Amino acid sequence: MSTGDGTEELLRRLGPQVLGALVRRHRDFTSAEDATQEALLAAATQWPRDGRPQNPFAWLTQVATRRLVDEVRRDDARRRREDLVAAPSGDEAPAPGGQDDTLLLMELCCPSSLSPASAIPLALRAVGGLSTREIAAAFLVPEATMAQRISRAKARIRADGLAAQDVLDDPHQPERVASVSHVLYLLFNEGYATSTGGDLTRTDLSGEAIRLTRAVRAERPDDPEVAGLLALMLLTDAWRPARTGPDGELVPLADQDRTRWDQALITEGLALVTEALGRGSMGPYQVQAAIAGLHGQAGRAEDTDWSQILVLYGLLERMTANPMVTLNRAVAAAMVEGPDAGLDLLDGLDQRLGDHARLHAVRAHLLERAGHPEAAIVEFRAAAARTANQREQQFLTLQAARLARQTPS
Amino acid sequence: MRFMLLQNYGEVESHCAPMPEWKPEDIAAHIEFQHALNRELVERGELVDAQGLAGPEVAKFVVCDGQSPPVITDGPFPESKELLAGYRLVDVETLDRAIEIAAAASAAPGHDGAPILQPIEVRQVMSAPDPEV
Repeated sequence: MSTGDGTEELLRRLGPQVLGALVRRHRDFTSAEDATQEALLAAATQWPRDGRPQNPFAWLTQVATRRLVDEVRRDDARRRREDLVAAPSGDEAPAPGGQDDTLLLMELCCPSSLSPASAIPLALRAVGGLSTREIAAAFLVPEATMAQRISRAKARIRADGLAAQDVLDDPHQPERVASVSHVLYLLFNEGYATSTGGDLTRTDLSGEAIRLTRAVRAERPDDPEVAGLLALMLLTDAWRPARTGPDGELVPLADQDRTRWDQALITEGLALVTEALGRGSMGPYQVQAAIAGLHGQAGRAEDTDWSQILVLYGLLERMTANPMVTLNRAVAAAMVEGPDAGLDLLDGLDQRLGDHARLHAVRAHLLERAGHPEAAIVEFRAAAARTANQREQQFLTLQAARLARQTPS
Repeated sequence: MRFMLLQNYGEVESHCAPMPEWKPEDIAAHIEFQHALNRELVERGELVDAQGLAGPEVAKFVVCDGQSPPVITDGPFPESKELLAGYRLVDVETLDRAIEIAAAASAAPGHDGAPILQPIEVRQVMSAPDPEV
């Protein structure tokens, strides 16, 4: 669909606005999304041939509305027809409203009945304006597979019609904003985990998550957890240029060239989290952002304020009861109180985490620091055998080999 | 999560005759079953790729030291039962779902329509790491 005249970019920006207008007027999210997709497709084929209309937004809204009405006429569901009849006629000249519908559309894409894995692709298309092809490429699956994944997500939302009506009747409920935040957080992680820096053909999912979170924050400027989430993303994204070596290999935080960190992102993230924490309603995103901020402020790894990080992980542990947080607290405890303190904390984790690669990896690092290289080799190898993460496996295998060479057996 | 579901040429647990000895309608039913399973995986948004590989008879083993010309061995191979016959690459939300797909594939109809009990190897595809905080 690349037309080379900016049409693609314009459609990407207008698509979510058209959808927002249709949803507000006709209150039927999934049909409005179908209709918007059809209008975008019509524009992508007709505009390059016939020229771009004077008011592209009005053109798209008109075409999409016509499709929506056609679909409802075909549909025998009486309730939906009555909804349309009751809706305003739509004679007024449509223009993008002053309001941004990002949060509303995100809420419609992320009902509690839908898993985040299903909600993410739908949100990327409906709210992010990406095409199915771009989303499929970002997740490395065939376009047909991604199209089905999105249409199944919509079918589930359609089946649970009441949830969508609740969103429209009473938008921005705190628990829904929280599930939107969770989906955005997972989208960011997806992009962060898969980015290699040099691969320009894949859509930047982390950048997309940041863009959407900025839009949500603009609508909820007083929500400290939304600010915390945005801060966490910016502070983590700041490390990205230093996070991989020339061949895409993973560089751990402690070994990164900190001059390559993005200082503008760090400054913005720190300002956001400091302001959010000042509101006195602390939540897990703010705490994680504060931890990332402490790393970001350390010019050298040895300047890191680990005692403060240890306190914050303790706080986070009480908020989330997540064993992975305990694992991170053990790392911080080892930095502050020595490796044995960290190892003591790990002892309680075997039952909660099971035979987990990260647990073996952290134990290996701490055993090495505590002067037990042979036990550390065993743990490094156990971690390498269990990780589902290729760069991590290479890194752990190298650590085991390095220790084995230093340790005559 | 991505999983590779692998099947090789080894003995199936139903110990049924090899496919060329089945009745034509059994072979047709088996092939249609595989297509139907792939269609279901596409419809559920889970299929990344599914391929069958040409047989061990036309397989080659290649070894090279990077200097001399490669040493190429043609079949038949004594260990051909360990060769990969085909795979499905699926992108699913849980390991349980991957196992469910493997179970369905294992129960493909064979000789006289009985499940062939093909062992399916379920292997997670490695991915890249999560953020560190």
